[in-house]
Amino acid sequence: MSDTNVQRRQFLKTSVGATAVAIAPGMLLFDMAHGKSEAVSSKMRWGMLIDTTNCADGCNDCVKACNKENGLSGGLSPTDSQWIRKVELKDMRSGRAVSLPMMCQHCAEPPCVDVCPTGASFKRADGIVLVDKHTCIGCRYCMMACPYKARSFVHEPLHDQKPDVPRGKGTVESCTLCVHRVDKGQQPACAEACPNKSILFGNLNDPESEIAKKIRTVASTQIRADLGLDTGIRYQGI
Amino acid sequence: MQTNSFNRNEQRYFYMLVAAGMLVLLMGLFAVHAMEEHGHIITGMNNQIVWGMPHVFAIFMIVAASGVLNVASIGSVFGKPMYKARAPLASLLSIALLAGGLSVLMLDLGRPERVIVAATHFNFTSVFAWNVVLYSGMFAAVGIYLWTMMEQRMNPWSKPVGLFVFAWRFILTTGTGLIFAFLVARQAYGSALLAPMFIVISFTWGLAVFHVVQSAIYAWNGKTHTPEIVKRMKNLLGIFIIGALYLVATYHLTNLYFAHQSGFERFILKDGGIYPQLLWWGYGLFGNLVPLILIFHPKLGNARSALAASLLVIIGGFALLYVFIIGGQAYPLNIFPGYEASSSFGDGQIGLYSPSLPEFLLGFGGLAIAFLITLIGVRALNFMPHDKPHVAAAGATD
Repeated sequence: MSDTNVQRRQFLKTSVGATAVAIAPGMLLFDMAHGKSEAVSSKMRWGMLIDTTNCADGCNDCVKACNKENGLSGGLSPTDSQWIRKVELKDMRSGRAVSLPMMCQHCAEPPCVDVCPTGASFKRADGIVLVDKHTCIGCRYCMMACPYKARSFVHEPLHDQKPDVPRGKGTVESCTLCVHRVDKGQQPACAEACPNKSILFGNLNDPESEIAKKIRTVASTQIRADLGLDTGIRYQGI
Repeated sequence: MQTNSFNRNEQRYFYMLVAAGMLVLLMGLFAVHAMEEHGHIITGMNNQIVWGMPHVFAIFMIVAASGVLNVASIGSVFGKPMYKARAPLASLLSIALLAGGLSVLMLDLGRPERVIVAATHFNFTSVFAWNVVLYSGMFAAVGIYLWTMMEQRMNPWSKPVGLFVFAWRFILTTGTGLIFAFLVARQAYGSALLAPMFIVISFTWGLAVFHVVQSAIYAWNGKTHTPEIVKRMKNLLGIFIIGALYLVATYHLTNLYFAHQSGFERFILKDGGIYPQLLWWGYGLFGNLVPLILIFHPKLGNARSALAASLLVIIGGFALLYVFIIGGQAYPLNIFPGYEASSSFGDGQIGLYSPSLPEFLLGFGGLAIAFLITLIGVRALNFMPHDKPHVAAAGATD
């Protein structure tokens, strides 16, 4: 072998080695940053069963936890975002009073997704309904279409956002089912904060999950079930 | 003498009108800038009333843009010479109103700078997305239609293109009606009746706008209306007013019949404060009854009363849309049937809304766009209706 050839091979070897050394940490960091790389699948259908008989009138812990987790101001003016709210109900015939938390019902057939012109409103394979803040143009048609008034429009510039919960002025937002926590294997903030454990979170598609078992044994309802939207949030006691 | 001084200064008056239009447009743009800067907090809209005054303006203009083409369709599709002479002006007005309405709609978006996303990300299940196609297609179709009418060599094509535009605008107004008709959960909307209702309403508003603009052009050029033509057009307007009133009444009467809708109807027709007031006085009396008297009373019905009727129809149209869009949202969603609801987010309560100045400025800015396009178009090109003498004379029997 000629000298030039040896030199060339040496050069190539060194180059490949140097490239590997240069790229490897980046690849490692990339992997770390993206965490679990497996995609969400429809084997999951995240949902909640809310026991209204246990939900205390006047208790606001779920709302406070949501505001804290997602960096919402907690303001109650008509232009403030409220991802979860406590609704006080009175049966018009019997007068029975019920108190319950109301938020995005994470429908299997979400009207907001149907009407969104850009597809910014979307449903993940695991049933969580979200808004892509990069493609939302702020037309508010989804707010018109939502039967549960679950969505809020960001009316003012935002400050001090939570890194895990991106929001944007001029876009629409709603309960994300704390998707950033769920993806890490945690519970949504409201479910964790409820002092009476009235909010049971879990996988509706897994027959062995606690939520699926409970739905089989107790009477639960979907709000406005007549609309046939197959909500992920179920209520007990109304 | 007066006419002479007007003729001498005609050019100056034209530029004064352009300047006035530009000023209103600038104020509209200022409102857009302020909304961009501060967010929608400076409007009266909120999480309960999510569509407000800008949408009243925008939808009026878009619906009228479709309806004004009726004048062209009667000419091209049904071959009436009197209307054929007016088809170019009708097409110009359609483009102008569509441009004005769409500008308001786009500039009211939370993120108007992202409007291009509506073209790059397309959700086929969304009526809104269909409307993006329908509206842009309308511009193109009416543009080509104008070309076939104004370029002599293209004249043979004006009938088939006119037919296409005729079909397209039916679908377009259906699409506008469907925006609301598909909102099943809201008591005010979610009715298949809304699509035909919007179509007939569009005829009325479109013809009214056309009549106002035509009267202005005639007055500007020192021409007087041929009585026969006025008679034809005002009678047609009268028929459209009755048709629209019939569908609006049917919509409310069918709602009254459904027990679960009676609360909403009581709100809109009786207890809702500003909304019943606007509906009965604004739409009912001034938008329908008075124009019908002006049109059909044997002692009235001249050019002046036809113009007054047209202006009243336009005002009545705004009143109807205000009640329909804002009143429809103000009535609370029935999320928990059988229960009385209350919460910090307005559950079970009538939504409060008072339109703010920027909303009006934006709306008038859209009208200014339509005004400027019409003004400059009429000045630069030959849009003046030219009736052949025998057509004008035969107007009544045509």
